[in-house]
Amino acid sequence: MAQIFNQSANTISRVGILCALLALSGTGWIAAEVFWSPYTTMVGVPREQPVPFSHKHHVDGLGIDCRYCHVSAETSRFAGVPPTDTCMTCHSQLWKQAAMLEPVRQSLATGKAIRWNRVNDLPDFVYFDHSIHVNKGIGCVSCHGQVDQMPLTWKQNTLYMKWCLDCHRAPEKEIRPRDEVFDMKWRKPADQEKAGRELLTAYHVQTSRLTNCSVCHR
Amino acid sequence: MPMNRHDHHPISETEDSGRIDISRIRRRLEEMHGLNYWRSLDEIAGTPEFQDFLHREFPSAASELKDEVSRRHFLKIMGASLALTGMAACTRQPVEKIVPYVKQPPELVPGKPLHYATTALLDGFATGILVTTHEGRPTKIEGNPDHPINLGATTAFGQAMVLDLYDPDRAQTVLNAGKPASWEAFLSVMNLEMRAQREKKGAGLRILSGCVTSPVFHSQMRALLAAFPLAKWCQREPVGLDTVRLGAQIAFGRAVETLYNFEKADVILALDADFLSTHPASLRYARQFSTRRRPDTADGMNRLYVAEPSSSITGAMADHRLSLAAGGIEALASALAHRLGLPGDDGGAGEHGGWIAAVAADLKRAAGRSAVIAGKGQPASVHALVHWINGALGNAGKTVVYTNAFDSELVNGMESLKKLVADIESGSADMLVMLGGNPVYDAPVDIDFSKALEKLKMCVRLGVDENETSRFCHWHIPAAHELESWGDARAFDGTVSITQPLIEPLYGGKTPLELIDALLRQPTRNSYTIVRDYWSAQNLPDFEKTWRKALSDGFIAGTAFETIAVTSAEPARTSNIRPGGGLELVFRPDPSVWDGRFVNNAWLQELPRPFTKLTWDNAALISPALAQREQLQNGDVVELEFRGRTLRIPVWILPGQAENSVTLHLGYGRQKTGRVGTGTGFNAYALRTSDALWFGSGLQIRKTGETYPFSTTQRHFNVEGRDIIREGTWQEFQSDPHFMSARTEPEPGRDDTLYSPDEFKYTGYKWGMSIDLNTCIGCNTCAIACQAENNIPTVGKDQVARGREMHWIRVDAYYRGGLDDPEISHQPVPCMHCENAPCEVVCPVGATVHDDEGLNMQVYNRCIGTRYCSNNCPYKVRRFNFLEFNAGMTSVQKMVKNPDVTVRSRGVMEKCTYCTQRINAARITAEKEDRKIRDGELVTACQAACPAEAIVFGDLNDPASRVSKLRAQPLSYGMLGELNTRPRTSYLGKLRNPNPEMKS
Amino acid sequence: MIGDPPPGKSDQHGNPGELIAPGQTYAGITGRITSIPLAKQPPRAWYFGFAIGFALLMMLFLAVTWLLVKGVGIWGINMPVAWGFAIVNFVWWIGIGHAGTFISAILLLLFQQWRTGINRFTEAMTLFAVACAGIFPLLHLGRPWVFWWILPYPDTMGLWPQFRSPLVWDVFAVSTYFTVSLLFWYLGLLPDLASVRDMAETPLKRKIYGFFALGWRGSAAHWQRHQSAYLLLAGLAAPLVLSVHSVVSFDFSVAIVPGWHSTIFPPYFVAGAIFSGFAMVLNIIIPIRKLYRLEGFITTRYLNNMANIMLVTGEMVAYGYLIEAFMAWYSGDKFEEYMMHNRAFGPYGWVFWGLMVLNVAVPQLLWSRRVRTNTVLLFLVAFAINIGMWVERFVIVITSLQRDFMPSAWGMYTPTAWDWATLAGTVGLFLTLLFLFIRFVPMISISETRELVAEPKKIPA
Repeated sequence: MAQIFNQSANTISRVGILCALLALSGTGWIAAEVFWSPYTTMVGVPREQPVPFSHKHHVDGLGIDCRYCHVSAETSRFAGVPPTDTCMTCHSQLWKQAAMLEPVRQSLATGKAIRWNRVNDLPDFVYFDHSIHVNKGIGCVSCHGQVDQMPLTWKQNTLYMKWCLDCHRAPEKEIRPRDEVFDMKWRKPADQEKAGRELLTAYHVQTSRLTNCSVCHR
Repeated sequence: MPMNRHDHHPISETEDSGRIDISRIRRRLEEMHGLNYWRSLDEIAGTPEFQDFLHREFPSAASELKDEVSRRHFLKIMGASLALTGMAACTRQPVEKIVPYVKQPPELVPGKPLHYATTALLDGFATGILVTTHEGRPTKIEGNPDHPINLGATTAFGQAMVLDLYDPDRAQTVLNAGKPASWEAFLSVMNLEMRAQREKKGAGLRILSGCVTSPVFHSQMRALLAAFPLAKWCQREPVGLDTVRLGAQIAFGRAVETLYNFEKADVILALDADFLSTHPASLRYARQFSTRRRPDTADGMNRLYVAEPSSSITGAMADHRLSLAAGGIEALASALAHRLGLPGDDGGAGEHGGWIAAVAADLKRAAGRSAVIAGKGQPASVHALVHWINGALGNAGKTVVYTNAFDSELVNGMESLKKLVADIESGSADMLVMLGGNPVYDAPVDIDFSKALEKLKMCVRLGVDENETSRFCHWHIPAAHELESWGDARAFDGTVSITQPLIEPLYGGKTPLELIDALLRQPTRNSYTIVRDYWSAQNLPDFEKTWRKALSDGFIAGTAFETIAVTSAEPARTSNIRPGGGLELVFRPDPSVWDGRFVNNAWLQELPRPFTKLTWDNAALISPALAQREQLQNGDVVELEFRGRTLRIPVWILPGQAENSVTLHLGYGRQKTGRVGTGTGFNAYALRTSDALWFGSGLQIRKTGETYPFSTTQRHFNVEGRDIIREGTWQEFQSDPHFMSARTEPEPGRDDTLYSPDEFKYTGYKWGMSIDLNTCIGCNTCAIACQAENNIPTVGKDQVARGREMHWIRVDAYYRGGLDDPEISHQPVPCMHCENAPCEVVCPVGATVHDDEGLNMQVYNRCIGTRYCSNNCPYKVRRFNFLEFNAGMTSVQKMVKNPDVTVRSRGVMEKCTYCTQRINAARITAEKEDRKIRDGELVTACQAACPAEAIVFGDLNDPASRVSKLRAQPLSYGMLGELNTRPRTSYLGKLRNPNPEMKS
Repeated sequence: MIGDPPPGKSDQHGNPGELIAPGQTYAGITGRITSIPLAKQPPRAWYFGFAIGFALLMMLFLAVTWLLVKGVGIWGINMPVAWGFAIVNFVWWIGIGHAGTFISAILLLLFQQWRTGINRFTEAMTLFAVACAGIFPLLHLGRPWVFWWILPYPDTMGLWPQFRSPLVWDVFAVSTYFTVSLLFWYLGLLPDLASVRDMAETPLKRKIYGFFALGWRGSAAHWQRHQSAYLLLAGLAAPLVLSVHSVVSFDFSVAIVPGWHSTIFPPYFVAGAIFSGFAMVLNIIIPIRKLYRLEGFITTRYLNNMANIMLVTGEMVAYGYLIEAFMAWYSGDKFEEYMMHNRAFGPYGWVFWGLMVLNVAVPQLLWSRRVRTNTVLLFLVAFAINIGMWVERFVIVITSLQRDFMPSAWGMYTPTAWDWATLAGTVGLFLTLLFLFIRFVPMISISETRELVAEPKKIPA
């Protein structure tokens, strides 16, 4: 009687099965790609701002220290975003007329805050504390990247939990002497891991508990 | 900290239209949904409505930046409100705004909380509190450790006041005849009114306030009464201390206040006196009392006798408790007086003769080291008797001291209220200014206050909320919340405590000081100026310095009343006192809503009442015997008939209730209140007459056949012979300190587990908690403190009935012995943080895990809600978000949330974390200074609030830490230790100190 | 196992010892069985049954939608009873899903021929039951969209599931069981689909059945491979029958809750599963057999044998109850003692005694061959057992949690309308799938039945 499958069906089915497997793993791969791509992570994507503030110019060009604007980085969980009058300490003298600074002058005049777009933003159930990292010798660069080379600031790292853990599991890879923390030019020595371990003991970092959930989640 | 004169609230200059903006903003906020609602604060900060509002509200913002006062500006709340919490999950984050200050107040470091000392009031008496603010939002109250009354602790009310601050049902606008008006309009009207009053020397003017201890206010009133000599001031509290004062008057012929020192008392007799929880000085008393309950106390354990109609916090602590009708107390006191050689009537002793004899003997033995105290619910005659008894026992000046009264002349609230109403009825009074209070609701029912109010030409009320009374007022002025106000008040020992605002009044509220000032003079001064002007005129040494110190301490040191020697009048011969027969009705303030003022506070409403564990309701408390007689079950609605008035109310059977006493808690059944309080409970004031303010006989009870559903958090009060709560007597302890552990089966060996016992080494800190059942008085303050600290939602009556309350620490009550006079024991139960935690091994996603300091952590953002952990928790301390319990909060309500703790959303398990956010904060501080956390530097919320210091938290690896020492004590035990859970929370077994001469 | 009376002979009660009514021919069998799926119109009763199932299914959608909107708070669960109907139903359905694989795989390996008439049917039932069961762990969370966090995969958090938790084991156990059962069922179905294809008149039906028949030509090679594959799968499936419910029982026995923490659970659960599985088979087969007049293929002999199995497993379950009570007393553990006491005389005592009647008393009727061979009585007994097994899970889950260690935390559990709706809803899903199955798939294995005719005593090689 009539067969709806001819000989080729065998081949077709084999190929079909193969394709199915490929498709399956393919979707998994694509999903992973999307999750790790700048589309999701925003890594390396310069963020538009109400005022096109250039860290490159201020840090690299003028050599202003991080702490001049991010005052509470050493003392608080929150590094601090400069209030308008911090900008105006200089810009009441320099570039007084510059159009791009209009929003700043407006803010001071009206008392309405400038509303910046956040670049490095952790989920709200993560409790990151700048001061402790800074005090234990984790440089700004470790998380924020070479900010001094960013005309418009972008996110340097995914800030995924895995990324946090990578460092919390092996802090010796990133830790640096305390007084180098704010130095954009500092480079890891050849024996970073060894030096790192020494610093860890010197700074009494309890490496064992760095991966405890309660360190970041409350 | 230097205070700047400029604390003037701009609303008084601008139109009140700013308020309309607020409501629009709130509406807009309510439209915002999503788990990340916390962001709405930042978002809203940018909305034009809000900006306009801010700039109309705070034009001065730019001008006054140098001064510290500016920290309170609302703008600051909006600034940099970054690490605010909320469970935002998943892949691509929306772009968040970051809103810096325009100019940053110098003392404020974003992300770092600030703490200010101020004052909380109850019935006019001050307690000192420390308030935590985050970016200008008050979020948490702690007791002020230096304050002579608090000594670091707080009451449940103190903890809950921060919720009232953000209550969306607060009065928000000046109302004239119910229509929105402005403060200016009010001022101009007052101008005319007062001119009219001035002409008749204020003959028509009456001021009605609660009990006031504020020196500033008193000086204002003196000025007012000087300017209007015929005006009168009526101070009155629904549950005030009238009887106490009258009693002292009788005993000493003058107004004095009585202050106890229970630390020195070996034997204490409390006659219907709940001095551990409802006295203005109860925090201090509880501390003093508890120091003498610890088995290792130097001067030996004290002994407490209590005679009372229905179980109170104090009664549960008694070594010998006699449940006795309130009407029988006087006879008892008189009989006792007789046995102590005073003119008393021994006939009243009745069947309690033996009890009285033993107590009398014990008191005599401890003469000079004993104390007798009567409660405000007892008539003046009993108080007088007590004074004489203390005199006879030589306790005066030792365990009992006397000070000058707050008011030079005797204050009798009831009498002055009657007088006030009479004056209004007769028409001689035509203008009434009410400072808070709610007489229409809580005045004795035989005084028709509302009718009187309708007679008035001008009636003004200043109040934080609109209530039953507001309706009758021509003018209603929103009052500033205590956390928004400048002011002062005296603590019960006389210490002057300063109230300073933590936040600009959210709704432009006024303080009583400002209102009285407005009656006296215009232009008016703001309350900051009023307070400062008064105190600068008090020739304090080096005012500026003293003032700054006062503001940072929260009180003015050395202002406590001096103790005085009193000469007692000749003891009156009390003759033939017999309690009225039949059923007796007893009124008491509700443990949670007090006289009704806290009825709109969800935290307090859902706080389980001691003993009954009722929430969201009051009930007619009846004795098991009466229930048997009348065939009543819990929840059966009865009709109470008392002096010709009736009330329908469901009953609750309370073991330990005096057989023929029916106790009603006041404060419920409110007609006009906010969303939370409306429709809760039954109005006991409907039966409260001026001749039976606290109790009276002649009650009829009728079963109606209807039933009413109650919501309780504990349904089973029998320990079922399990090794959960260990009890014994001090005598046993002295003969063998280890007698308790000898009785119970030993814990299994460390290795009796499938998993490696050395999985965790605990080399660093090793956190542990010890809870002393000897000192725990079961006041529930820990539960509400935890709620405030950890963003614990309230779930409402229905959900509580379904068994879904969320408290992380609960206070269990267990009854022992007979139904009619049981021994009651309290046991606070937080998470045990087991070293072999059964919850951890069963969680499929590792959302509850151990850390190497022994914390049993709950990771909300990892939890998928299988609830397996809760099943496997033998202590049942885990709580689950069965629904979205945080839904529908307004932006203002959200401000109460602690930004250091994640707000949990639906489908997530949660539980006590040992306040891990506090541990982290302390650790970070310590590590920055390269040192370890010091013992006592880190306290959990429950520990900080506990008046009896029953909870101690610390590092078990530090042998010197208090918690290690407590653990080493022979009474220390781990609950259900036989399960080999190795709990980190341990208990100290409860000892009682019974009188060997007395059976039971 | 159940010994067959020598074929051909009737036993003293004179009921046919035959596995197939006499006088059947190859063509007859094929025609008779294929005629059901190929019929233009199903019998009116089919519409009736399908309608009921479908209506209940719609109710399930409603209940689930509301659940996803509001959360598990719409159910009766609380603290301390944090597990409710969702788990009870899950265990119940999984249990029911056991008969299929037992009959098809284990009886096959044991050379029991009396599986022939019913194996197709029970395998289908197994699949549908497991499908119903599979829904509940997801619903149980109230947030099914986070369920995949239980699966091990390299995530952005650098985390893995907690393999110490029985819930993780469940995921693997249940999914494996479902997959193998599905393959087993489909493999057995192949020759029959081919037969249907060949009998089909319309080209469309021919195409559809032909597609699913995967080009089966019935050549010797096909048969040879088919048989070996079938046996292999049977070998795979057999241990699963035991493993799945053992793992499910670990959810309880691994916990410390008195009434759960017991080593007897795995065997006791498996026995219970087969017990309820057979009960469900009977509850379905007896009416269908009548409706489609299949007495010729599903002879009383089948019913008799299944009843015997129920009797045996029933006694095992009863033994389980007995041992539980004994150990509670013998252990001297005060919590265990109280648990047992509370089960029997606590607030849910009536449920427990109901269980005793349904699961222990009623099955004793099966000692009588008259009951075993009387379809009506047998149906009622089986029905009682199905209810009883659900009640058993209720007793285990609820009464154990309701009063465990801390008297202060004791509570009650009252299912809400939504709980009941979800339970009834899954019954609807089950029925819907079942009726679709008997409408479109040959519900009795044609090829194997034909073997019975050919050489009744020959065993499948």
